[in-house]
Amino acid sequence: MRDLQPSQLFRTALISSTVPLLLALTGMVEAFSKRGLIGEAVSVGHVLLFLSILIAAYLFERRQKSPSPLNATISGIVIGGVSGIVLVVLVFLTKALIPKPWDLRSIFPNASPALIEVLTFSRGERTGALLLFLFSVVSGLIGTLFPLIPLLIRGPLTTGFLVTLIVGLLQDIISTLPIFRGKIIKFFFARSGFKPVGALLIFIVTIVLAALWHQYGRRLREEHRQLQQRRPMTVQIAVWTFVLLFLLVLPRIVGSYMSEVLDTVGLYILMGLGLNIVVGFAGMLDLGYVAFFAIGAYTMAVLTSTELGFFNLTFWEALPLSILASIAAGVILGVPVLKMRGDYLAIVTMGFGEIIRILVLSDFLKPILGGAQGLTRIARPVIEGPIIGRIVIKDPPHFYYLILIGCLIALFISIRLKASRLGRAWMAIREDEDVAEAMGINLVTTKLLAFATGAALSGLSGAIFASKINSMAPHSFNLLISIYVLSLIIVGGMGSLPGVVVGAFALMGLPELLREFAEYRMLVYGAAMVVMMLYKPEGLWPEATHVRALRQEESREPVPEPSPKKAPAATVASE
Amino acid sequence: MLEVQNLHTYYGNIHALRGISLTVDEGEIVTLIGANGAGKTTTLNTISGLLKPREGRVLLEGEEITDLPPHEIVKRGVVQAPEGRRIFARMTVMENLEIAAYTRTDKEGIRLDMERVFDLFPRLAERRNQLGGTLSGGEQQMLAIGRALMGKPRVLLLDEPSMGLAPLLVEEIFETIQQLNSEEGVTILLVEQNALMALSVAHRGYVLETGEVVLEGSAKELRENPDVRRAYLGGI
Repeated sequence: MRDLQPSQLFRTALISSTVPLLLALTGMVEAFSKRGLIGEAVSVGHVLLFLSILIAAYLFERRQKSPSPLNATISGIVIGGVSGIVLVVLVFLTKALIPKPWDLRSIFPNASPALIEVLTFSRGERTGALLLFLFSVVSGLIGTLFPLIPLLIRGPLTTGFLVTLIVGLLQDIISTLPIFRGKIIKFFFARSGFKPVGALLIFIVTIVLAALWHQYGRRLREEHRQLQQRRPMTVQIAVWTFVLLFLLVLPRIVGSYMSEVLDTVGLYILMGLGLNIVVGFAGMLDLGYVAFFAIGAYTMAVLTSTELGFFNLTFWEALPLSILASIAAGVILGVPVLKMRGDYLAIVTMGFGEIIRILVLSDFLKPILGGAQGLTRIARPVIEGPIIGRIVIKDPPHFYYLILIGCLIALFISIRLKASRLGRAWMAIREDEDVAEAMGINLVTTKLLAFATGAALSGLSGAIFASKINSMAPHSFNLLISIYVLSLIIVGGMGSLPGVVVGAFALMGLPELLREFAEYRMLVYGAAMVVMMLYKPEGLWPEATHVRALRQEESREPVPEPSPKKAPAATVASE
Repeated sequence: MLEVQNLHTYYGNIHALRGISLTVDEGEIVTLIGANGAGKTTTLNTISGLLKPREGRVLLEGEEITDLPPHEIVKRGVVQAPEGRRIFARMTVMENLEIAAYTRTDKEGIRLDMERVFDLFPRLAERRNQLGGTLSGGEQQMLAIGRALMGKPRVLLLDEPSMGLAPLLVEEIFETIQQLNSEEGVTILLVEQNALMALSVAHRGYVLETGEVVLEGSAKELRENPDVRRAYLGGI
């Protein structure tokens, strides 16, 4: 057992055993056990449970300096075993305490008979507990032995497993996609999850594809790189055309429900791009960003709602006014907070967001804004033309195109701004406000411009949102929205534009697809955030310079002082 | 060229400058020396508009600039290289220099000035695409000075350029300062703790103590003044 410290091993085992325990006690295992992955036999809940053990074991083994099969086996058994014992203890404890006054459920409401059923695979305590223990050990073993498999096999295996898992998780969405015929769906999927043959087929096909990519991928990438060097314009145009075409036909492929999800993600991308200008570019932490979204939405509502009947404008007439109102609000908020930085700014902006929410809810403004009941009959966008006739945009796939146009415009604006003089001034303020001022940057206008641009995009998002949901409740505009938007920027990578898109899909799209997750959204967000900050602090798709800076800070070597011009005095003296 | 009359600057209730008056003529290097807390940096920050005085005036070629915001003062040619270098760590050398030309719109002039900075500091030219934070202390100081030059200064305010640098590098930086003044005619107001070094390149100097000018004169006079020698030059 050279190089393997028992104390360290047991510590890791104990720490990693808390993860499956937490998953079980928070109710996630049980919630997910209702969803089958492969028929009824393997549920998502079980996969979650054992995957956590497997990953913990894998991470431990990867940190070992001199891996050997013997050491790996021992650590696998220990890590899996400890987790297994903890789970078995949980099973018996829950069972034993149920009738007594000190029922475990008074503290952990999820430590219920239903959980025991799941943990023991519905096979009674004895057999079930034994199975639970064995599976834990096997998971631990797979985890520790996995790094010893050569990459050539390991890579495709991981890909195959992940793809099968993801397809299985998304089963009920995939089976509603209009492009698949019923027969294909029936071949692959059971009522819940895969049929075993479907899972196997997907697994094998992915492995083969991944292995082929491993073999020939490098050549393809190399050719792509060369092509890019020879004719950069052509490649870029081709890529963009392809992406655009794909985006245009997307609602046709994915159907109405998924279009709805895409709409939500799109609205968050719009807000994310706006907040990215304020936080990512100019470095001002704004926690009240939802206020501008609300102002855009309410301006749209008040101007167009036939319920109120004040103005009865059309959507297109009200849209620029909504954006202008948000910009005005951005400037109004911006002026008093010009001198504030960091935490102070965050608190004040958060207060601003709450003020708007409370104003909207107030009885005082009820005649105009509808108070707690909100407003209804908000105008839908209407497009009229000589050839197309009159189209009322009201379904999710229609709104998808409107939101897509909004996102593309916002993306274009962001790209242009980033490379502009103004963009550089924002960057300088983010880096060091005092020096930026000393360099001759006008802090007042530069900061206000950041607030105004950010507010404009959020207002646009709000205006489309109002029209889309048609009737609006003030509860849609709480602090959580600001936090979601900020989180998606952080997860995507501060200041990075593709990061906003990736972050929005990861944080807003995924929970819509895995509805069981919605209940645990904040828990998963928190955990994901901690993991991100530990392993990928720069975000999922970071800005290039940001990575450089973060990575360099970690492994900074002392830069040698440049050699002096003159020879040292001592040598001169000795000559 | 630059004239400061009876400046009184406060930090809250703390009376930091108690009536500073000084002049810098065109083509001169003037140095402010003094101990920690004497008000040297405060004087510079008041001139560049980062701090506002309660009393007193700052004149640039007879025109009052006291109440102008900092970016207007930079536009008029008074540019500061702040204390402690404070370069933008996550921006490249080029980006640092570009941002410093923020107030200017003459693209050709900016390009020429950047070349001039790279001529002056060849080591920066080698590292033009490196992030500012990865430069050594001496290189960062060169970048800080280069950055100030990009603002096309008529009066350059240098705050402690020797801070935290090895003695040989200090000499090199001061050689550059002298070269800037004699070859390019930049007027310089230099704040420095290293009085010996400062007085060896400056034409004139002011000695500050607790927010007041206690002594002024040519660099030679100050170097030979027994009080100055005892207090700041470490001599007898």
